[in-house]
Amino acid sequence: MIELKGVRKAFGEHVVLDDLTLTVRDRETLVVIGYSGTGKSVLLKHVVGLLQPDAGQVIVDGASVPDLDREALYGLRAQIGYVFQFAALFDSMTVAENVALGLRRRALGEDEIAERVSEALALVDLTGNDDKLPAELSGGMRKRVGIARAIALRPRYILYDEPTTGLDPVTSAVIDQLMVRTREHLGVTGIVVTHDMRSAYTVGDRIAMLYEGKIRQVGSVGEIQATQDPLVRQFIEGIPS
Amino acid sequence: MITALGRKTVAAVQAIGRFGQFLGDTVRALPDLSIWIPLAITQMRRVGVDSLPVALFIAAFTGIVLALQASYTFTGAVPLYFVGTLVGKTMMLELGPVLAGLALAGRVGASMAAELGTMRVTEQVDALETLAYDPQSYLVIPRIVAGTTMFPVIVAFAIGVGITTGWLTSLGLLGLSTPDFLKGLKLFYVFKDVWFGLFKSATFGFTITLVGCVVGLGTRGGAEGVGLSTTRAVVYSAVLILVLDAFWAMTIL
Repeated sequence: MIELKGVRKAFGEHVVLDDLTLTVRDRETLVVIGYSGTGKSVLLKHVVGLLQPDAGQVIVDGASVPDLDREALYGLRAQIGYVFQFAALFDSMTVAENVALGLRRRALGEDEIAERVSEALALVDLTGNDDKLPAELSGGMRKRVGIARAIALRPRYILYDEPTTGLDPVTSAVIDQLMVRTREHLGVTGIVVTHDMRSAYTVGDRIAMLYEGKIRQVGSVGEIQATQDPLVRQFIEGIPS
Repeated sequence: MITALGRKTVAAVQAIGRFGQFLGDTVRALPDLSIWIPLAITQMRRVGVDSLPVALFIAAFTGIVLALQASYTFTGAVPLYFVGTLVGKTMMLELGPVLAGLALAGRVGASMAAELGTMRVTEQVDALETLAYDPQSYLVIPRIVAGTTMFPVIVAFAIGVGITTGWLTSLGLLGLSTPDFLKGLKLFYVFKDVWFGLFKSATFGFTITLVGCVVGLGTRGGAEGVGLSTTRAVVYSAVLILVLDAFWAMTIL
């Protein structure tokens, strides 16, 4: 379970998260929606300890992330797959090397690493692209490699940062299917940050809307679709203010 | 004005704090030998192979100019074999390490700042962390180890080339014989000339790579931020090399 309790984060005088409280239950996929620049990615980075809250608690599996020492933090990160908005693949490494990198931190033999890489690439329909460099891939393929790199670790948690942003509708649907398939295959707990409502309805068990540093509303897909909150309605229906 | 001064002071103190934290994190990552040793070997090859041509090119021409200027200065007053003394001492103690250091601040420091800066702004550094790698042991320590160990090797070659071109210039253009050149070269030679120059280059290598890493990983923004970091890395490294050069001359020579 992932819990954020009263989290506050400011960059200079700009407060991004303000007394934010949110719980992600085991084995569910929670989608966090919100306008661009409202701190959705900042929220995700707190979960893996890439950012420290100014106040409040971030708890994963009962452990307070900001209080973990170096070894414990890396131990926790080994349980979390993180898919970055622009994939964040290592330019100088091939697709297979990118996917294998996280596995090399574990006590696995070369054969098992190769097997896990093939399995992860097969799951994202990228078999046969092992030796390509990131520069040779399309945007959608890069995102799929990013997902393969995360799922190869067989994580307990997976965090997706804008997984469909910048992709055409068909590729977006492919990524959505992939996220659903990943949850079904691995039974992982996930957080998906997006402002793509079609994607949110497809992959989410629950949806939370982040607005002005706080969770404005959280509920099941049906509850969000039927919301009477004018601000949430405006966002999910894409009505200009 | 007082507000602006206060802001600048706070920013300076914060920068010093960040630098201290960076060094602390780097020291804490030193036990990750299995991660940084193989990467350090790759970086050593890269730093060495990439830097050698530039350093040797500069040293070759410096040797020629030193011989000609020495002869120009000495004519009629000092025996010409002192050309060997001046070329040798100057290459070993000063121009070999400092000119190579300044050239490599541009070659190595800028390249590291640009590479790490790009990795920072494209979230590759964050990705490393989420894959349970410490950026200090994966990115920083290999580069600093490579810079500190390879710079003396590069400078040793540069000194050799500088002295050789100085000798060839003395033979071809100044009419000095090889025994006379060698006589001058050996005249005031002490072993300290060599170790001082090489020790200095090791500290330059450490400084250039450390600055490249600190500035590169501190990059913010996009392409503009990377460009700014690259320039900063070169300027800071060049200034620190000159300050260090004076410091070692005052404390060790």
